[in-house]
Amino acid sequence: MSSETAIAAQSTSTMQTVEPVVVFDDVSIAFDQKSVLEDVSFSVQRGETRIILGPAGGGKSVLMKLANGLLKPDSGAIRVFGEEVSAMRETDLYKLRGRIGMVFQESALFDSLSVEDNVAFRLHEERVPEPEVHDRVVEALRFVELEQAIDKFPSEISGGMRRRVSIARAIVSHPDLILYDSPTGGLDPITSTTIVALIVKQRDVTHTTSLMITHRLQDAFLLARNRFNTQTGKIELIPNGGVDDSTKFLVLNEGKIVFDGTTQELIHTEDPWLKDYLS
Amino acid sequence: MPFVSPEVYAKEKIAAIQDYAILSWHAVANIFSGPRYWADIFTQMDSIGVGSMPIVVLTGFFTGCVLALQSATSLQEFGSVSLTGNLVALSMVKELGPVLTGLMVSGRNSSGMASEIGSMKVTEQLDAMRALGTDPLRKLVTPRLYATVFMLFFLTIVADAVGIAGGALVAVALLGLNASTYFHNSYRALVYGDIVQGLTKPLFSGFIIATVGCYFGMKTKGGTQGVGKATTQAVVVASVFIIIIDFVVSRAMIGIFGR
Repeated sequence: MSSETAIAAQSTSTMQTVEPVVVFDDVSIAFDQKSVLEDVSFSVQRGETRIILGPAGGGKSVLMKLANGLLKPDSGAIRVFGEEVSAMRETDLYKLRGRIGMVFQESALFDSLSVEDNVAFRLHEERVPEPEVHDRVVEALRFVELEQAIDKFPSEISGGMRRRVSIARAIVSHPDLILYDSPTGGLDPITSTTIVALIVKQRDVTHTTSLMITHRLQDAFLLARNRFNTQTGKIELIPNGGVDDSTKFLVLNEGKIVFDGTTQELIHTEDPWLKDYLS
Repeated sequence: MPFVSPEVYAKEKIAAIQDYAILSWHAVANIFSGPRYWADIFTQMDSIGVGSMPIVVLTGFFTGCVLALQSATSLQEFGSVSLTGNLVALSMVKELGPVLTGLMVSGRNSSGMASEIGSMKVTEQLDAMRALGTDPLRKLVTPRLYATVFMLFFLTIVADAVGIAGGALVAVALLGLNASTYFHNSYRALVYGDIVQGLTKPLFSGFIIATVGCYFGMKTKGGTQGVGKATTQAVVVASVFIIIIDFVVSRAMIGIFGR
C-alpha cells in the first residue's frame, strides 16, 4: 500500500470515528401551518449525553420523534449513525431503530403484556432463543432494580415503576443510542431522582450516546453534576463542583435553539432569556 | 361544531379513502413477506372466530325459527306450508346467514379492533411499537384481517346450519310438518350457485370488518373520547359497507349463476 493510500485510509477511518451519532441540519417542521421547529441544527457526538431543555410546547418531543424517524421533517436533513433518517423508507427505518432505544413520555408500555413481555418485545421480534430472552430481561430489570415486578402487568405497578420498565425495555437490546422523552415528567421528586440516577448509571456504565428531554432544571443539573460510583452502586456528586464532560445541553424555545453547549457555558450564559429561564 | 367548507370536506374524505386503500393494500400484501406473525393470527382466530360463536349461533338459530314462523303464514294462503324448508334454506344460505353473521361479527369485532388499536394509538403504544422496530400494520392489522376473513367463512356455515335447524324446530313443533320432508325440501332447494353466493359474501364482509375496524383504530385522535368515536364509526361504517357489498355481490352472483 502506498503512503498516500495509507494516509487516505487512515483519514477516512478517523472521519468515521469522529462522525457524530445524531446530526440535525436546518430541520423545520410544522403542524396545521403552525411552525413547531424552525431551522434546528445541532449534532451529538458518540458517548455524549445531550440534555434537551426548554419550556413545555417548545418542540422537544417532536425533535425526539424526528430523531427516531417517527416523524418526517418538512425541510432539512437528519442523520443518525450516518444514515439520513429523514429520507429513509419506513421498512429501512425498522432496521435502524434496532440500534436505538426510546423511553416515552408516558412510558407507552403495552398494557396487555406483562412486564417481562414488554421488556422482551424487541428480543422476541429478533427471534432470540427463549432462555436467553429471559436472562436478558432479568438483567435489564435488575439494572432498573425492578426484578420483583417481572410477572406484573403495567396496570399493577406505579408510574415510577412503569418509567423504569420503559428504561429496561429501551436498554435490553444494548442500543447504541438512547432517547429519553421526559423520563421524569409527572413524577414526584424522589421518584424523579431515582430515574435520573438510572440514567446517570446507564451513562457512566455503558457510555451510550443519549438524548434526554426534560423541563425540570433540577433533573438536568442532577445528571450533569453527578457520577455513578461502581463500588457503592449509587450516584454521587462530582467533587469540587465538577461536571460530567460528556453531558451537554441544548435549550429550545418556541421551536428554535437558544443554547447549544456545555454545562459550564450554560451556567455562565449572558443571554437574558436563558438567565431568566435558569433562575 | 365549526363549519367546514365543501372543498375541505371533500379533500378530507378523499384523503381518508386514500389512507384506507393504502392500509388495506399493505394489510393484504404483508402476508407475502416476512416477518409473519402466525401466533397473532391464531390468537385472533380464537378471539374473533371462537369468541363470536355464541352470538352467531343464537342469531342464526332464532332467525331460522322466526323465518319459518313468518313464512308459514303466507305459504298457508297458497297451501304450500310444506315448502317452508325451501324458503328457510334459501333465505338463510343466500342472504340472512352471511349478512347477519357479518353484522353480528362487525358489531362485536370492528368495535373491538377500533377500540383496542385506538387505545394503543392515544397512549403512544403504536409509536413505541414502531420505535422498537416493529411495523404495527404487520403486527396488528394483517393478523386481524386474515383471521377475520378465514373465521367469518366458517361462522357463516355455522349460522346457515343452525338457522336451518331452528327453522326445522319451528316447522316440526309448531307447524306440524314432517322433519324428513323439511330437510329434504331444504336440501333440494339449494343448488351450487346458492352455496357459492352465500360463501362468497363472508369473504368480503370479513375484509370490511377487519380493515374498517383497524383503519378507525389507527386514525384515532383525542384521548378516550376519540377512542369512543372511532369505535362507533367503525361499527356504523362496517355495517353499512357490509349491506352495500352484499347487494353488489348478490347482483354479480345472479349475473353469473342466473339465480
